[in-house]
Amino acid sequence: MSAAQTKERRARLEVAPKPGEAGKGTCKCQGKLADDRYGILDEIIAKHKDTPGSLIPVLHEAQQLFGCLPEDVQSRIAKGLGLPESEVYGVATFYSLFSLRPKGKWTVNVCLGTACYVRGAAACLEALKKELGVDIGGTSRDGLFTLQAVRCLGACALAPVVMIGETVFARVKPEDIPRILADYAATHSSEVAAS
Amino acid sequence: MNVALPQRKPETQPAPARPVAPPGEAAPAKVVRLTIDGRTVEAHEGETVLDAARRAGRDVPTLCYHPAVGRIGSCRVCVVEIEGARNLPASCVTPVADGMVVRTNTPAVREARRTVVELLLAAHPHDCLKCERNGRCELQDLAMRLGIRTARFHREKEHRERDASSPALVREPDKCVLCGRCVKVCNEVQAVGVLGFAYRGTRSCVTPMFEHGLAESKCVSCGQCAKVCPVGAISEKEEWERVLDAIADPDLHVVVQVAPAVRAAIGEEFGIPAGTAVTGKLATALHRLGFDAVFDTQFGADLTIMEEGHELLERIKSRGKLPLITSCSPGWVRFCETFFPDFLGNLSSCKSPQQMMGAVIKTYYAKKAGVAPERIFSVSVMPCTAKKYEAARPEVNASGVRDVDVALTTRELARMIKAAGIDLAGLPDGEFDPPLGISTGAGTIFGATGGVMEAALRTVSEIAAKKPSGKAGAGKLEFAEVRGLEGIREATLDLGGQEVRIAVASGLGNAARLLQRIRDGKASYHFVEIMACPGGCVEGGGQPRSCDPEIAAKRAAALYAEDRRMKARKSHENLAVRRLYEEFLGKPGSEVAHRLLHTTYQSVEEVASAAGVRKEAM
Repeated sequence: MSAAQTKERRARLEVAPKPGEAGKGTCKCQGKLADDRYGILDEIIAKHKDTPGSLIPVLHEAQQLFGCLPEDVQSRIAKGLGLPESEVYGVATFYSLFSLRPKGKWTVNVCLGTACYVRGAAACLEALKKELGVDIGGTSRDGLFTLQAVRCLGACALAPVVMIGETVFARVKPEDIPRILADYAATHSSEVAAS
Repeated sequence: MNVALPQRKPETQPAPARPVAPPGEAAPAKVVRLTIDGRTVEAHEGETVLDAARRAGRDVPTLCYHPAVGRIGSCRVCVVEIEGARNLPASCVTPVADGMVVRTNTPAVREARRTVVELLLAAHPHDCLKCERNGRCELQDLAMRLGIRTARFHREKEHRERDASSPALVREPDKCVLCGRCVKVCNEVQAVGVLGFAYRGTRSCVTPMFEHGLAESKCVSCGQCAKVCPVGAISEKEEWERVLDAIADPDLHVVVQVAPAVRAAIGEEFGIPAGTAVTGKLATALHRLGFDAVFDTQFGADLTIMEEGHELLERIKSRGKLPLITSCSPGWVRFCETFFPDFLGNLSSCKSPQQMMGAVIKTYYAKKAGVAPERIFSVSVMPCTAKKYEAARPEVNASGVRDVDVALTTRELARMIKAAGIDLAGLPDGEFDPPLGISTGAGTIFGATGGVMEAALRTVSEIAAKKPSGKAGAGKLEFAEVRGLEGIREATLDLGGQEVRIAVASGLGNAARLLQRIRDGKASYHFVEIMACPGGCVEGGGQPRSCDPEIAAKRAAALYAEDRRMKARKSHENLAVRRLYEEFLGKPGSEVAHRLLHTTYQSVEEVASAAGVRKEAM
């Protein structure tokens, strides 16, 4: 995957929270939403309902709306489109574009491409896991960082590479990780997450 | 040497459990000639190479293909060589073509099959000794047949927790080989849509949504997944050791009842040819296992007909909610409560034969035998996994304690008999115990799709025609129009001058189609029989597993033959049932009958909201 594709994919992965929600960190939807987003979701479903093969576009728009695809959203989509829940869940878990859990404010991408790997990316990844207290795909308890592993970012000369948001960190050493995360959070704390 | 095409039997073609019907159903399909391993073979256009090869006596090995599920084409165990093809095609999904030259047993084919199975074994636990399927596992059979003697590959698979949350079924995802049979049967045949593939690549797995336990899902416990699973990844929740404990407990009076479909299939587990009813041997085996009383669920079936027949006539007379829909099949009842709650008012309020038996055992029989209901341990043997779920429903406790303590599957009883060192095949014929072991042919045919309908018609037609009951031979006995294996059958009958429209559906996908037609106003009926499993109880989720495409027909034929042998063939001619009414219940539909033999239903949505649980329905 080229750097441009990776960037594009990452951009798609990071979904802007609704105004007023940014900075709160964790998604509050966990199965007891009483806001109007369900109404909007129903409109999305109604718009696509009669088009065959519309599950992926509906999931995509639903993720933009909710930030992730929690269970009640998937159930509603299944019911609305007349599909088995198993099929909706199968598609939502098959594509890495979709996320079942809320994303953090920023995504940390650790490059595990060959060049980065031989220059110690695995140790950086371990340090990140430890520092954030999560596994790959997880979001830190404070809701700030989501950890992702990626294949080549196209910056092999700078290996090992870690990207946070749009910022590339070159020749990262495991012991740098706590400082990198703290600095990033401090300098970007006022921003609304990139969309 | 030529293999000619057998006469096509049109009535068996649209089998209920074959969602992928060969194309060209309406017009007679074109006949093509192909060569399989040097023999000329005739086949219908649209058939697969596998179909043609098997008919020609070439048993190509398969794993994901199952006749009750249809073509999947995921495992590639059935590969063959076809001249002109650039690789080895999977014979189960490759249509025959005129002039095709097929070889099913070349070195390349053997090598490919063996590698495929070796790769499956690489990610499959090697703990066969502790597995429920040990000795009856399709993967084991393949490894044996392909001569695999070493484990060349090894792959760590992500561990996924065993799921024993359901009262009926246990899933062991670590054993899953991702063949897709259960997914297809759950989604396409049964239209339940609980099991699906999730994730991708090495993380792929079969799971309910969000990896919930089956108990939290919309699973209806029909067990069709367990019946088609080639390995030990889905099976019934085993409870037969609890029964052995109960039998060994001198304080307990252990009573057993056996469903009609069990006698038509359990012999298969002991090497008796499919389609042989082993009623007498079964009764002997149960006595030898040490049960204090051996009863027949067919008595409960006769009782169901008395109550349900009364309910039908009552609803027709008083213009009550129609169609009346049968409620004998707990998988179907759960399906209705989950997906078609608008039909709950149509469901017969009658408990199923299992639960009627359970209620009568702990009330009427308890009194007669002078045993307190708390001391009775009531066991049922069912062709069904959903019966475990049904027995555990909180509302079925006529005597104040559970009507049925343990519901075993046919497979579990076979294990229990083997564990006791009893060879069923060599047993002499025995009898069920009176009074609840006495039954009629009407009860017997409950085990086949259309059987409840036919049994009801035998009784209702006689009552409607005001014929003097008790005279054997009065009124019509056999209703050919409701027999057969088509997924949906309908007929119009004349019952004492009243035109009655009926329908029979088996398999929940067929049930859903039928109900949708009723919803849309495209069809209307007075009486509808629905069975959760395609083919009815003979093909229930608890029955011996079989890859024989004719298995449902063979087992049903065994039941119809039993029926013809019975002295009494109409439920109202069951003298023990009559005595039960005289001594205890009064008459069908009486207050006592309602309290003991009838039940209520609740939509899953209502139950969830009553419990204050937020759950998006469907």
